[in-house]
Amino acid sequence: MAKCRGLGHSVQRKEDARFIRGQGRYIDDIKLPGMLYLDITRSPYAHAKITKIHDETALAVPGVAAVITGKTLEAYNLAWMPTLMSDQQMVLPIDTVKYQAQEVAAVVATSRYAAADGAAALEVDYEPLPVVVDPHAALEPGATRVRDDKDSNHIFHWEHGDREATEAALAASDTVVEQAMHLPRIHVASIETCGCVASWNPVEGHLTLYLTTQAPHAIRTVVALVTAHLGLAEHRIRVISPDIGGGFGGKVPVYPGYVIATAASVVTGKPVKWIEDRSENLQADSFARDYHIKARLGSKGGKITALSLDTIADHGYSDAAANPSKFPAGLYHICTGSYDLSDAHVSVDGVYTNKPPGGIAYRCSFRVTEAVHAIERMVDLLARENGEDPADFRLRNFIRPDQFPYTSVLGWEYDSGDYGAALEKAMDMIGYRDLRAEQTEKRARGELMGIGISSFTEIVGAGPSKTFDILGIKMFDSSEIRIHPTGKAIARFGTKSQGQGHETTYAQIIAEELGIPPEDIQVEEGDTDTAPYGLGTYASRSTPTAGAAAAIASRKIRAKAKKIAAHLLEADEADLEWEQGRFFVKGSPDRGKTIQEIAFAAYTNHPQGLEAGLEATSYYDPPNLTFPFGSYVCAVDIDRGTGQVRIRRFVAVDDCGVRINPMIVEGQIHGGLAMGIAPALFEEISYDPDGNITGGNFVEYLVPTAMETPHWELGETVTPSPHHPIGAKGVGESATVGAPAAVVNAVVDALWHLGVRHMEIPMTPARVWSALNEHGAAATR
Amino acid sequence: MSSHHVTIQVNGEEHAREVEARLLLVHFIREELGLTGTHIGCDTTSCGACTVLLDGTPVKSCTVLAVAAGGSRVTTVEGMGNGELHPVQQGFTEKHGLQCGFCTPGMMLTSKALLEANPDPQEDEIRWGISGNLCRCTGYVNIVKAVRRAAEIMKESKENGDG
Repeated sequence: MAKCRGLGHSVQRKEDARFIRGQGRYIDDIKLPGMLYLDITRSPYAHAKITKIHDETALAVPGVAAVITGKTLEAYNLAWMPTLMSDQQMVLPIDTVKYQAQEVAAVVATSRYAAADGAAALEVDYEPLPVVVDPHAALEPGATRVRDDKDSNHIFHWEHGDREATEAALAASDTVVEQAMHLPRIHVASIETCGCVASWNPVEGHLTLYLTTQAPHAIRTVVALVTAHLGLAEHRIRVISPDIGGGFGGKVPVYPGYVIATAASVVTGKPVKWIEDRSENLQADSFARDYHIKARLGSKGGKITALSLDTIADHGYSDAAANPSKFPAGLYHICTGSYDLSDAHVSVDGVYTNKPPGGIAYRCSFRVTEAVHAIERMVDLLARENGEDPADFRLRNFIRPDQFPYTSVLGWEYDSGDYGAALEKAMDMIGYRDLRAEQTEKRARGELMGIGISSFTEIVGAGPSKTFDILGIKMFDSSEIRIHPTGKAIARFGTKSQGQGHETTYAQIIAEELGIPPEDIQVEEGDTDTAPYGLGTYASRSTPTAGAAAAIASRKIRAKAKKIAAHLLEADEADLEWEQGRFFVKGSPDRGKTIQEIAFAAYTNHPQGLEAGLEATSYYDPPNLTFPFGSYVCAVDIDRGTGQVRIRRFVAVDDCGVRINPMIVEGQIHGGLAMGIAPALFEEISYDPDGNITGGNFVEYLVPTAMETPHWELGETVTPSPHHPIGAKGVGESATVGAPAAVVNAVVDALWHLGVRHMEIPMTPARVWSALNEHGAAATR
Repeated sequence: MSSHHVTIQVNGEEHAREVEARLLLVHFIREELGLTGTHIGCDTTSCGACTVLLDGTPVKSCTVLAVAAGGSRVTTVEGMGNGELHPVQQGFTEKHGLQCGFCTPGMMLTSKALLEANPDPQEDEIRWGISGNLCRCTGYVNIVKAVRRAAEIMKESKENGDG
């Protein structure tokens, strides 16, 4: 039996053949006959009344075909669009702008350069209005009102857990720590920006929309719903998500540019391309985080008792978060983390400000990073307040392996875990006790060295459908597999890879289940005309949902293959046994039929009473989420003269259950670590009181290069998910979720003896030096 | 806008065009020649997705005017291997040095030039060498390994007298 390289094999990626030859097909590579180009004029003000848009200044530019304004769109009732959180946002404004870089008008022209010329030439008259950028100030009485259609800047109040019981438990605790922390605005900054090509066929009344989207099917449904009044129906909309140059959550939302380009294609009768530039991407696309958290955590006798989180969420001018619809704060209530505690309460108040809309994930499952950051910082503080080493304190307070499945006080049923094993492994790998001894010596010499731990638990893979939906669409996902007569296969999925390697991973799952080699399986995603319906790829959900669907669909195929094998072998089905890729008669291993032989028979010699063909579909509704976890230990050295933090060691032990392709899994962890360490040290988007952005281009927004990215060492433990068909859990985001708190805990640890109790992120040299200086510990040279 | 006649040799083939003075080399490559393997990732010459070799030297083609490249030799990802995979392309595949593939062409061309200047680079030299190219997916670990692997392949091929 030839090895088919299913689970556990580091198979080289099928998709790489085109990528390394420059033959990927990304959005900007799509060129249709007669295509026009769209560029957008944006607001220099964070809040202003538009008194006049001088179309004629743009229309005078050679090559400009049309100017699209809010008034153009209003005629089609498309000047506003719904957000995924049932709020609304402007596509183009009628008379006011609400944040800097907001779309004001669009110019369509025969070339990219002419469109840019037109957008630059377009003159707009503004009357600036008062601006509010601080969400706390926005909640004050008499604050500038951001939204003309709302009574206040308060968007929503959401809470979970028992506040009274939590207060009582905190009051009964012998130790309570309290800390405010801000997780600032950051941006996923995938190297490919967002864009689309909209192609309206007026004769057939058909729209083809090439789109940088992580969720093509859901987008098609949303487009059908918001354009139904124009006579556009779902069967006349084809969304194609081509190769995607990184997503990380930033390609989940619908951006105004997509809608404008679509309208422009309808208006001009020609295909229209819109590709945002990097500055537009950073300045106007959905941001992540911006949570202001007040946290309290108590213990009694060294045992954690209760957690309270009160949070102000700055959503900018519209709540355009991308959460499951019932969860305005995502899965933030995973905030009890890896610990067994009896009481918890969490609240979030969403606030409007004059900033771009959003609240999406930054490579994370719906606010899980915010939750992990809060609990991991607080556990560290509480350990110290108890006079205990943070590792020992964690080990004593973890949910124990025998408590799984574990129902947290906030209602999640954790499927599996062994947190102590992961932390102990990480401590062994880094030599934790030796590092502590070294730290003591260094401290005596006046050197700053710190060790930080983060023992995170994630919650990924939404559904299940009883809990999770997006605008009513249940969060299942799908796989459709068809075996061709020669035993080769095509498999299509409702998800959409943005670099995760689905073409390889899914093929390996099918290979494991059916014994067809991965190279014989063509995997396709992203075309709503051909792929089965699914909710897309984000929140580490592809393997937990569509990956599971691949296994289930394969098993359906195997069940039919067994009937065909019985027919071919003239044996009773009950007498057949399966080994990978082959059915054989029990006790006569030589009497068998391979899956390839069976596939051929399915089209050439299928048994009477059974339909021909060999294919199956699964819409997989997971019974629960999966709960990957891990422990990260970070050692830093800090320069007293510059405040620079240098990560000397970083050990990451991850447990994502069964690893399908270890090479790809490790690649995901590598990328996640880089994107986890970056916000801790470098990345931030901030605003001055007038709403002017800092961090709106790649000169100011510090995506780390290979020089800033530190070394790390990976380790693993394997605790299979008990409910996933192959025991796998999501992994794409674990490291982004777990890493930031480890780095902050390490820096605070380095400065603890000086009196520092907390550091906000990013911990830039300036911020660290200020902390040193404040505590009289900055070196002067 | 003034128009200029330029002839640029791209991947060994001469291309003559009338172009606007302001036309960027990256747009010349992508739009005029249809070689879409060269990508655009920013507007501040920061990310390196548009890196090509100009007379053998890596440049960010978003910051070079097509007219300035007149008379020069340009190598893009499409011309890396002369029909076969270049050792750098092999290294990136073997070591999982790419994920979404968007930074990859620029990253590989920078690596190719790095290896031509330094056939046996150590990790810190590789990290420094590719620090003008941003990758958001890989954390750079496997890119470093890929470049090391490419160096090995080039060395083996030289020892075997192929190169």
